Amino acid sequence: MKLALDILSWVLLTAGGAFVLVGGIGALRMPNLYTRMHAASVTDTMGAVLVIAGVMIQAGLSLVTLKLAAILMFLLITSPTASYALANAALLAGIKPSAGSAADLEDAS
Amino acid sequence: MYFAVAMALVVTMALALARAVIGPTVYDRVLSVNMFGTKTVLLLAVIAFLYGRPDFLDLALAYALINFIGVLAVLEFFRSRARHSEQEQEPEDLAR
Repeated sequence: MKLALDILSWVLLTAGGAFVLVGGIGALRMPNLYTRMHAASVTDTMGAVLVIAGVMIQAGLSLVTLKLAAILMFLLITSPTASYALANAALLAGIKPSAGSAADLEDAS
Repeated sequence: MYFAVAMALVVTMALALARAVIGPTVYDRVLSVNMFGTKTVLLLAVIAFLYGRPDFLDLALAYALINFIGVLAVLEFFRSRARHSEQEQEPEDLAR
């Protein structure tokens, strides 16, 4: 039972690390602001949920798990709000969302 | 195991910092800083278990709230600045 829980938490932690890494690479390589925002939200939702769930399984039932659940709840409420505020501010400032074209890709590289 | 996840998080934070340095608009920089803050919270949670010190979770909790408030404050600042410049008929150069 202990081994099964360990393996489960390792799988969750590894998957979370992979998602976070992919999101980081995407935030660096994507062509414009809105696609970068899309890549960054992968790390905010999937990466955070997987990493904290993996750590939670290691903690077992205790106050630590409660604290981790509070952190996860705050992250899940605040990061979409921050993304919305960022997209709203960028749109109001006149940055146009455009479909990824060849010109955009050449801009990025 | 925790160490591998911590390394992935640190590498991602470095990538976010690189985007914050080269980001063409100010909103790219705010996005990267927001991402950096979220990764800091995750890194603190992982480090608490890596070193076996659960006290770090309190820091992570406080940092999650401070990061959110900070990003919203910076965005509100730039939004009101953009609004003011629009009244002065110069909407273009502030976004750069």
